[in-house]
Amino acid sequence: MSDTSANAVAFVRTESVPASAPPVNAAGPVKWLKDNLFDGVGNSILTVLAFVAIFLILSNTMPWVINGIWDAPTLAACREILDGTTGACFAVLSERWNQLLFGFKYPTEMYWRPALAFAMLFVAFAPVLFFDLPRKLLIFTGLYPFIAFWLIWGGPIVNPILALVGLIVGYMVFVRLEKTSFAMAMGAGVVSAAVIWSLSKVIGSDSAIFSIGYLETVPSRDLGGFMLNMMLGVTCVSLSLPLGIALALGRQSSMPLIKYVCVIFIEFIRGVPLITLLFVASVMLGYFFPPGSGVDLFIRVVIMITLFSAAYIAEVVRGGLAALPKGQYEAADSLGLDYAQATRLIILPQALKISIPGIVNIAVGLFKDTTLVSVISMFDMVGMIRGPILASTDWNGVYWELFSFAALLFFVVCYGISQYSQWLERRLATDH
Amino acid sequence: MNKSVLFGAMTVASLAAGAAAAGTLEDVQARGKLNCGVTTGLVGFAAPDANGEWKGFDVAVCRAVAAAVLGDGNAVEFVPTTGKTRFTALASGEIDMLARNTTWTLSRDVDLKFTFVGVNYYDGQGFMAPKELGVASAKDLDGATVCIQTGTTTELNLADFFRANNISYEPVPIETNAEAQQQYLAGACDVFTTDASGLAATRATFENPQDHVLLPEIVSKEPLGPLVRHGDNEWGDIVRWTLNALITAEELGVTSANLAEMSAGTNNPEINRLLGTEGTLGEMLGLSATWANDAIAVSGNYGEVFEANIGESTPIGLARGLNAQWTDGGLIYSPPFR
Amino acid sequence: MTIITDPPKGSFRLSMLLNDTRYRSLTLQAIAAILLALAIFYLANNVVTNLQRLGLNIDFSFLGAPAGYDINQRLIEYTSQSTNLKAAFVGILNTLLVAFLACIMATIFGVFAGVLRLSNNWLVSKLMSIYVEIFRNIPVLIWILIIYGIMTVVMPAPRAFRGEDAEAAMFLGISAFTNRGVYIPGPEFSRIFGEMGILSAGIGWLVAIAILICSFFGGRTVTRRATRIQEATGVRPATLVTNLAIWFLPLIAFFIITGLAFEIPELKGFNFKGGIKIGAPLIAIWFALSIYTGAFIAENVRAGIQAVSKGQTEAASALGIRPNRIMSLVVLPQALRVIIPPLISQYLNITKNSSLAILVGYADVTATLGGITLNQTGRAIECIVLLMLFYLIISLIISAVANLYNNSTKLKER
Repeated sequence: MSDTSANAVAFVRTESVPASAPPVNAAGPVKWLKDNLFDGVGNSILTVLAFVAIFLILSNTMPWVINGIWDAPTLAACREILDGTTGACFAVLSERWNQLLFGFKYPTEMYWRPALAFAMLFVAFAPVLFFDLPRKLLIFTGLYPFIAFWLIWGGPIVNPILALVGLIVGYMVFVRLEKTSFAMAMGAGVVSAAVIWSLSKVIGSDSAIFSIGYLETVPSRDLGGFMLNMMLGVTCVSLSLPLGIALALGRQSSMPLIKYVCVIFIEFIRGVPLITLLFVASVMLGYFFPPGSGVDLFIRVVIMITLFSAAYIAEVVRGGLAALPKGQYEAADSLGLDYAQATRLIILPQALKISIPGIVNIAVGLFKDTTLVSVISMFDMVGMIRGPILASTDWNGVYWELFSFAALLFFVVCYGISQYSQWLERRLATDH
Repeated sequence: MNKSVLFGAMTVASLAAGAAAAGTLEDVQARGKLNCGVTTGLVGFAAPDANGEWKGFDVAVCRAVAAAVLGDGNAVEFVPTTGKTRFTALASGEIDMLARNTTWTLSRDVDLKFTFVGVNYYDGQGFMAPKELGVASAKDLDGATVCIQTGTTTELNLADFFRANNISYEPVPIETNAEAQQQYLAGACDVFTTDASGLAATRATFENPQDHVLLPEIVSKEPLGPLVRHGDNEWGDIVRWTLNALITAEELGVTSANLAEMSAGTNNPEINRLLGTEGTLGEMLGLSATWANDAIAVSGNYGEVFEANIGESTPIGLARGLNAQWTDGGLIYSPPFR
Repeated sequence: MTIITDPPKGSFRLSMLLNDTRYRSLTLQAIAAILLALAIFYLANNVVTNLQRLGLNIDFSFLGAPAGYDINQRLIEYTSQSTNLKAAFVGILNTLLVAFLACIMATIFGVFAGVLRLSNNWLVSKLMSIYVEIFRNIPVLIWILIIYGIMTVVMPAPRAFRGEDAEAAMFLGISAFTNRGVYIPGPEFSRIFGEMGILSAGIGWLVAIAILICSFFGGRTVTRRATRIQEATGVRPATLVTNLAIWFLPLIAFFIITGLAFEIPELKGFNFKGGIKIGAPLIAIWFALSIYTGAFIAENVRAGIQAVSKGQTEAASALGIRPNRIMSLVVLPQALRVIIPPLISQYLNITKNSSLAILVGYADVTATLGGITLNQTGRAIECIVLLMLFYLIISLIISAVANLYNNSTKLKER
């Protein structure tokens, strides 16, 4: 039977046909092109339009960039070298890079100081930004403000050390007394810190201690360029964080007076443009200090920007507080924790974690807004461009090169931070 | 983060500690530095050069005052101010004097309570137009678009001039000189108006300065000079007589070159009084006897300062004109040193 | 049996102010009130002493004095002899104008870029991400300066239009794009309003808008009637012709009666004359704010669309709803709830950022009240207080609108 059946079928294939290559338009780059660029008439039109746009942009900018002159003493010399052809005078960047980065007054031979402070900034921020790093690095973060202050402004090292010691003593007193009463511990801590700080007055400024680790002082008026933007951004964000958290807690408070003071403050600050606050710093704030105190412009600007960003951070933190389930508050109460303990140990750690991406966004926005100080005669990056560099006889008339450079620097920093923020958001997403 | 707050507060406190309620002279001497308000950058009058050194005509006045008071022309902290911030900076005590080509007007003197100690430059508002526009007079500017650098009396003078001549115009107010220039060169405005000295300084930096003309009309009087706060007359006297010392030095032929020789004593009693070899003028001002000597030593007499910063040998190339000594037919005149 | 123990009466001790929760909040508030009062007193005292020492005073009478300067962009009648107060009003209107225009344009840019960023066209979606990232990460101040600079340099000056072989030509012979602004034909109602001069166009347009509003209500009545008939009889009467007639006939009739003509700008003397001028500063700040804020709105739009779960679309198609109806009936209403609150806060940002108009010489309120008036009168404190008050009021109004919207669209949970 078996052979008859074998004969009934003329041919039986025993092995499978080798798979033939897919059609050209269903695989590889062609398929990718078809799926992603030419999928339908509308899409094809969009693609063509996009190509035209890219071509127009590149054809107009590339010759300018590629023909750029990097070495010329003045704009006139640069134009002579270009001799009528299109091209950028990037020479202004190589001539004035130091002014763009550090301002025109910071002593040239001391550039290493802010540069070193800038490098250390990364080390200081690393443990805050990346949770996997060893926690011991946080000690350096705590020390960093003092080191950076000493490096950038100079002066005897005793000052920041005293400030640090004062803080440590204050904190230790606080911890010791905390068991009895939070408020009392706070007060005692502040008093003991103040005692340590006043020591520097007692020692007297001509004491030998002050010559130890002395760096030449640089007045804050001499700070400028991109360094000023960085400093304003970092200082104001750091200072406004605790203030913003306090405001957010105050806004949630059950005490009507504190609540309304916080609400009015936050809404007022958020309701006016930063530039009017900077006008306040430049033309009004001077009247709010005692006669002759001469608080310099940098400090006044720091105060106003800090208040500004604190109001925004407060709103972000308030969102974080509101997002916490009510059970967390109730659990803390049922454990018998008082307000300070509950807030410090249970509420804030969770609320802040939720608010981190929002806070980072505020920080990026604030960093960009530091360029507004150029409007009130401070020589930040944009102020340097609009002021001394464009006003000089040598480089009068160079716009695009300078603004492109400024845009590039800001882009690198802000894009970096926003990428970090996205990474963090993914990292913190624990909901699925 | 808590630390940063306290730290910031401490910085404020330590800066505020230098407070003193004494007169401006004592403040300056205690500080060891003169805080002098200047522009944020106008070549020839006050602008930082490539090395970050402030240079210019107004800057020289600051340095002279610093030298007279402190004996060191470099003991100056230059505070850049805008049109908006300058008066508050002076009123609130952030600066000791303002030398920022500021026009002396009645309302500034009386209403804003400032004392103008003198005039270091007689200026007037002018117009600059491209040659190809074919405009011969500012009265031909009916319907023109005018770029104005804001922050001075310029806007008001312009409005007055066009109203008086019953012609229309379109103002384009611009914040900085550099941006006004960009607008003007691109043809976004037909004429550019600011003080005539500023126009000359601006034109000097153009690629083709000869393509632009300054129109003959000068539409305003702009006596520019240093100013101080009302209420501290001693300090006002010091700034006034330092400026006068520079002017008198030129009149009497005292230059930085022959200063050393002259200060040894001459047979001209006024020179002797000026340079402190005779009389007690410095003491009267509360300064050292050699105060004027020090002031002149920094960058020379008025004429030398003029020539070095804005004179005909510089790119700005201003003629002395009204700013010549009265003996040469100008308006620069100092009361006698006696 | 519950025994309620009242707290012991009559045994009030001072320490209870801190330790007893009933009194503690009062104590803390009292301390806060005292500290606040002290701080305010300290600052106010400093201000008063400083002003006294300098012989200055707070005085708002400068608002009534002639401003003395001219403003190039004004929506109401203003000359250099008008008061400082009026100059401030001109500025306020200009601020509102540019904020309003920029809000509309930014929304268009934002929605466009946000939707295209989700497009399955790889190139387009990448281009849109580049747009969003570039604009979000560079300060708006730099953008304003760059865009104003580009406008100034790239667009031709009016003098380029002059002569036989001019370098630039008018667009279609009726509009001119120059670096001083865009000149477009302006309507003139020559027959009726002709002798009223500058006001004629304004009143004419107001009447035209009133007619359009009437047409809108007329059209709605017709549609409602059609729906009623359809519900009653099942047959919908044709409404297209009637609607078209209601929309266009009255308007056309109005234009014919009033003799609508278009005045075409032409080069006279230094500038183009006639027609409507949109000044370069306005265009620059408008465009810069729009394209900058558009990048932020694009992100909101994208997040909003992505926030609507795919299940909603699938459920809708399971119900047999057609794809375009799914978008308008199911996805969009839900996406809008996510998009609108951040959108309103972007509008608030536009209004506040419009204060940067001083960089391009646009006469907004920061440039008039907080700029030239401040410079000329030296009344810094007064001007800045008024300026902040204005922005505060605008912001509070916008926030109030936002809150109203949020409350009306809140998910009603029972």
